[in-house]
Amino acid sequence: MFLINCPFCGEREQSEFKAGGEAHIMRPKQPTELSDDEWAEYLFMRKNIKGIQFERWNHVHGCRKWFNMVRDTSNDQIKAVYKMGEKPPLK
Amino acid sequence: MSKNLRFKTSKLIDETYRISFKFNNKIYFGFKGDTLASALLANDIHLVGRSFKYHRPRGIMTSGSEEPNAIIQLHDNSSRTEPNVRATEIEIYDGLVASSQNCWPSVNFDVGGINNLLSPILPAGFYYKTFMWPASFWKKYEFFIRKSAGLGKSPKISDPDIYEHNYIHCDVLVIGAGISGIMAAKMAAKNGFKTLLVDEKSYLGGSSIYDYSEFSKINNQITSSWLEKEINEISKLENLEIKKRTSVAAFHGYNFLLARENLTDHLPINQRLNKVRHKLLKIRAKKVITATGSIERPLIFDNNDRPGILLSSAIKKYIDLYGVTCGKNNILFTNNDTAYETAMSLLQRGIKINAIVDNRLEIDSKISYEVEKNNIKIYKGYSVVDTYGYKRINKISIMKLSKDGQTVIGDKTKLKCDCLGISGGWTPAVHLFTQSGGKLKFREEDQVFIPDFYPSDQISIGSCNGDFSLEEIIKNTISSLKKFLNIDNSEYKTIEIVSGLNRSKRNIWLLPSDKSIGKTKSFVDYQNDATSKDIKLALREGFRSIEHVKRYTTTGMGTDQGKLGNMHALGIISETAGTKMGEHGTTTFRPPYTPLTFGTIVGRNVGKFFDIFRRTPIHDWHVANNAEFENVGQWKRAWYYPKNNENIHQAVQRESKSARDSAGILDASTLGKIDIQGTDSSEFLNRVYTNAWSKLEVGKCRYGLMLNEDGMVYDDGVTTRLGENHYLMTTTTGGAANVLGKLEDYLQTEWPELDVYLSTVTDHYATISVCGPNSKKIVSKVIPDLDLSDEKFPHMSFKNAKINNIKCRVMRISFTGEHSYEINIQASFGKSVWEKCMEAGKDFNITPYGTETMHLLRAEKGFIIVGQDTDATMTPIDLQMDWIVSKKKYDFIGKRSLYRSDTIRDDRKQLVGLLTENPEEILEEGAQIVADVKKSPIEMLGHVTSSYYSPNLKKSIALGVVKGGKNMLGQKLIIPMEDKNINVTVADPVFFDKEGERLNAKL
Ligand SMILES: [Zn+2]
Repeated sequence: MFLINCPFCGEREQSEFKAGGEAHIMRPKQPTELSDDEWAEYLFMRKNIKGIQFERWNHVHGCRKWFNMVRDTSNDQIKAVYKMGEKPPLK
Repeated sequence: MSKNLRFKTSKLIDETYRISFKFNNKIYFGFKGDTLASALLANDIHLVGRSFKYHRPRGIMTSGSEEPNAIIQLHDNSSRTEPNVRATEIEIYDGLVASSQNCWPSVNFDVGGINNLLSPILPAGFYYKTFMWPASFWKKYEFFIRKSAGLGKSPKISDPDIYEHNYIHCDVLVIGAGISGIMAAKMAAKNGFKTLLVDEKSYLGGSSIYDYSEFSKINNQITSSWLEKEINEISKLENLEIKKRTSVAAFHGYNFLLARENLTDHLPINQRLNKVRHKLLKIRAKKVITATGSIERPLIFDNNDRPGILLSSAIKKYIDLYGVTCGKNNILFTNNDTAYETAMSLLQRGIKINAIVDNRLEIDSKISYEVEKNNIKIYKGYSVVDTYGYKRINKISIMKLSKDGQTVIGDKTKLKCDCLGISGGWTPAVHLFTQSGGKLKFREEDQVFIPDFYPSDQISIGSCNGDFSLEEIIKNTISSLKKFLNIDNSEYKTIEIVSGLNRSKRNIWLLPSDKSIGKTKSFVDYQNDATSKDIKLALREGFRSIEHVKRYTTTGMGTDQGKLGNMHALGIISETAGTKMGEHGTTTFRPPYTPLTFGTIVGRNVGKFFDIFRRTPIHDWHVANNAEFENVGQWKRAWYYPKNNENIHQAVQRESKSARDSAGILDASTLGKIDIQGTDSSEFLNRVYTNAWSKLEVGKCRYGLMLNEDGMVYDDGVTTRLGENHYLMTTTTGGAANVLGKLEDYLQTEWPELDVYLSTVTDHYATISVCGPNSKKIVSKVIPDLDLSDEKFPHMSFKNAKINNIKCRVMRISFTGEHSYEINIQASFGKSVWEKCMEAGKDFNITPYGTETMHLLRAEKGFIIVGQDTDATMTPIDLQMDWIVSKKKYDFIGKRSLYRSDTIRDDRKQLVGLLTENPEEILEEGAQIVADVKKSPIEMLGHVTSSYYSPNLKKSIALGVVKGGKNMLGQKLIIPMEDKNINVTVADPVFFDKEGERLNAKL
């Protein structure tokens, strides 16, 4: 079980958190302007990388804040956590 | 006839404390300190069970948690009865009752033994191949398979014991208290680390604690004496905690481990009362030191499974630790030096060794010369090719190995024995290391997998790291721990070690036989009866990956996870396929390392604590008034209130009728409530609901539908504008937490610029809904100061009010289609206000109704229940709720998806009403809806989502989803049931009071 360093609360057990899928996907500002394919790209297409992945997490049984995480999915090492709106610390 | 094979008790055994126990209905005696296995062996009992598939007689084979055969049923027929307990691990106590499992009618005469004779037709994958066709026969096959297989019996009454979960945080966790673990604990604790040392045994010191050999010495002391002093020293250390009888079950990532501490299993039953039996320890360790030791390998030859065949290290342990000899005429069969240590232990106590059979042609070690000096015949370069004796070994035959070790040559010699000790070298116990994500590497010279890459702050030391000689273990433990703990002082100045063993080994995974392989039975996995023949068959049939071979042959899939035979399976695969070890993968060891009881896993969360449940503030009143309850999420909701032996149908019919004829009262406190504040609250609601919110006046309520971004209905409820920047949103009972989560998600991640704050207030308020033509009169009695006139308090509006000076909020909203009010009051006053309403409604036959009546009443009105009439595939358009989707709003969650090519299809499933031809016939919810029953296959058009008998309409009504249903009004459809077809007509989903006259009636 991960030990996750919530940017607001510090280190907590994984059981306090909920994973929220891929990070850095912006909801389109003008959905009506998009074609079916473009909208489907936003709606359905998510990466599932073996390796470094950028993810959203929510401290659901804690401060309720959403934040981002960089995780190596091949060995579950958490490389970084950072607040929503902040630039990813590594590429 | 029972003999006593106890010749001299050891320091672990307290011979002044005799213990009686029952095994297979016979009474035996042992001593305090015995395991069930050592006590049985002392009584000359080897045969303890039957094998899983062939029902072959099986005996005790090991002395630890790796035991594949001696798995027994503990506590016959009592509430504590427990299957699959390893006799090698259970400590005996007065009154212990155990019996063999997997044999009927008894271990000595077993009907299933016929499978042994049938074995040529029971190859690997036999069950897969044979019982597949015809599919309809499976039920019959299953009956016989289950009857003749089955590993033990599960208890039928609830467990009387107490279990507990504990969290432990430490700097250093040391797993295993063998010689290296003891040293590690001392080094860590003395250097200031808060240390926890755990071991699965009841004693500390591992196998070195009974090493009395003159051939291995530390600082000129016998190993066991040196180690005893070490143990003595560490037990006084302040920041070291030692837990015996504690086995680590799982090693997860981030150094999170689960261990089971066994507190009472060794005590007589009458001493266990009110004590915790097992503790599940949840350990977070900054650093983990794994010192789990190694497991001796068996050798794979024909009939290597008879009772009386044991690992040579087990024979040594039974002698040196328990003072029990496993046989009077012993033979040892080995490919390495460790069997000679067993030989020395036997010799020292004057126990007869008939011969030693050694695969190696040349043996060159001090200890082997010493054994030879005692006139023991050593057959060098020989192999055992067969064994004899049905319930106990009595003979073996041996032949000379060819130079390449692939065949046997020369004459066959038969040797008598009653016990055969086998040693195929050692396998590091890397189970926990691999569970943690560690990667192994293969060491060619002695054919072992050892730790290579560590995924967390951890290290393996001792023989689980591949260090087998005393010298290696001690030297490497000191040097690697200095580095791992980053310390200068190892606590060990100079250590001189003398060892009589040599590392040479002749590894042959599958020993050759003079018979063809088809005629042999060389067991690789004893517990699951998988033989080398099965593995070769799997390879011939095209299986390559070890994971596939494992599943096909069931090798390593027993409760022991193949602790003994997995390496041989890998070896035979690589030898047969001509590939390198590890090329086909190594098998994955999964938690738990040794089985855990369900009690340990659930801890205190049993019975009513298994899942928490939530009660409304009015719960006690419902209980007192005979309500039946329904689980909705974690809530207990009043379902219906039966009167005078009414059944559910009768009660619901009465409640529904009263609610429309006069007055009904519902506890709606479970509805989710979210308090929304901030200057952008209106804009926020505009974005999350499908309809428009900016023009809603303060003091008004509005129904809203919430979609997912994919356009599918997610939740619904009424939201009230309490003030300019203040709303109260209600959600479905089950959706409350998820809706809050979703709203927070959008606020925090997509629209952080909005000034909006959300708080959940579900538990803060009790919500009481009073409905029916007399509701107005009742509420006016409860709140006389409130003006309930339609002009001042119209439908879909809200008022602040007071009841006995307690503030409350009253909404005039309706989920039944009747004139109704919802009173929201601070939770602690909920019950008294409910009672006030009951009192006020006495003259109007006010009828409490539960969720079932609520569902019926809303179905009469065609109101949907999200999650019942919808699943994650229904858009508002599919629900015929186009009216609630704003055309003007530029955007809201899910809007764009409502005109994707898929969501605008005409033939999507759409919500319709269904009326049965026979008005008394009630449809089954979930039943399929079709148009044509003659066509094959019958096309499924949809299913029934809600169905009731309406007492107000005096007929059966139902809602359902039907492909293209919107345009099928009046069309006839069929509900095919097991015994009949039911004819229905598609109708408008609003069955009752279409014009809403009752809602607007002047009362
Ligand atoms: Zn937090």
